[in-house]
Amino acid sequence: MSNDNIIYPSVHSFSNLSLSDSSRTGFGYNPYKGPSSNAITPETSNILINKKTVSLTPTSFDSIYDRNILKKVPEISLSSFSFLFCEIVNWTRNNSKGIQDLEQRLNTLGYQIGQRFLELVKTRERIKYSKREIKILEILQFIHGAFWKSIFGKTANELEKSQDIENEYMIIDDIPLVSKFISVPKDYGNLSCSAFTAGIIEGALDSACFPATVTAHSVPKEGLPLRTVFLIKFDESLYTRENLRFN
Amino acid sequence: MKVYSCLILNKAGGLIYQNNVNPGLNSLSSNDFLVLAGTLHGVHAIASKIKPIPSQAKDDIGVTNTHNTNTNLIATGKSQNANSNQSGLQTIETDFFNLYIFQTLTGLKFVIVTSPNPVVHNLQPMNDFKSISRGELQKQYDSTVKLFRQLYLLFSDFVMKDPFYSLDMPVKSSLFDMRVKELLV
Repeated sequence: MSNDNIIYPSVHSFSNLSLSDSSRTGFGYNPYKGPSSNAITPETSNILINKKTVSLTPTSFDSIYDRNILKKVPEISLSSFSFLFCEIVNWTRNNSKGIQDLEQRLNTLGYQIGQRFLELVKTRERIKYSKREIKILEILQFIHGAFWKSIFGKTANELEKSQDIENEYMIIDDIPLVSKFISVPKDYGNLSCSAFTAGIIEGALDSACFPATVTAHSVPKEGLPLRTVFLIKFDESLYTRENLRFN
Repeated sequence: MKVYSCLILNKAGGLIYQNNVNPGLNSLSSNDFLVLAGTLHGVHAIASKIKPIPSQAKDDIGVTNTHNTNTNLIATGKSQNANSNQSGLQTIETDFFNLYIFQTLTGLKFVIVTSPNPVVHNLQPMNDFKSISRGELQKQYDSTVKLFRQLYLLFSDFVMKDPFYSLDMPVKSSLFDMRVKELLV
């Protein structure tokens, strides 16, 4: 078989493997060997029993799963993230039927990240203060502060309570990282790509048992054309709960 | 140096962005700008082909080449090496305006029109031919090189990372507009 005809998995280092290679941990699938490379032998079962974590890809000794989860993640290039997000928006735009649908889809994508990120931030915090927010204000402060910082590297600019409506709160970010380079054309109306971030907040709040709907609205101010308000509308039942608990 | 106008051409020579940053230039219609863009694109392409044939230049390097450089030096007062136009047309200097072109690796062209070179009264005679520095006249060129770098940076940030921009089409990004004005005004 000539080398050109083989389609390798996307991991580039796979292409450097050969028949005689075995992984560092004794585990892992080698495309050259085929299924037999995953066979369980006395040797490999020994590894399985004695090691707590086993990397299943032969080259993944520095993959995300092998790093200590409690350690701070290395920073990610804003450029590469921006290009990725640019493609995400493009892809959702091609699939969506309208502006509202597009925002909803971005929100859904962010939602899953929020659910996971809450877990991660809390795990990292647990060593220092083992505490779970049970009040509305506390969870909002956590989102506005620690949570925002671990995602975007800075805290959000303002946290406000709506004056007119009881169950609405606002988190305001002057320069939202996600849509830093995006200028929405006029024919897209009041679309805000920060709907993605709104989804992250919503996901985190929902998994923390604070059911809410979060929407992003672009509210430019002089000198701050990207200023975005994240409107958080909590579920009515939440207030009943809070009243029962604390009054 | 005052920047009057800034243009961006795509790799086919089409005008994708035009901004009259500072007033002062005789106003051209949008059609004229398109023609200007196309012309510059063509001239730039031809200019990048004008250069001595390497083998010939090597043969009579002792005689003609130095002779040519010397006549050039006497005629223009500028020391230039033979390969200076390898990347095409870079500047047009006139009494009324200067025009600078910068081409990126992808074939995108940034063009800015600026005020002409300042009149330098006590221009030092160039005694030392070995020093390539063109003194006062070089300064304006150097500052445009910096401007082009900044422009390129803004373009790759605010245009290329914008999901609503389609490649080689006119730039409508309001953020880019704002940043360009901040940079050039």
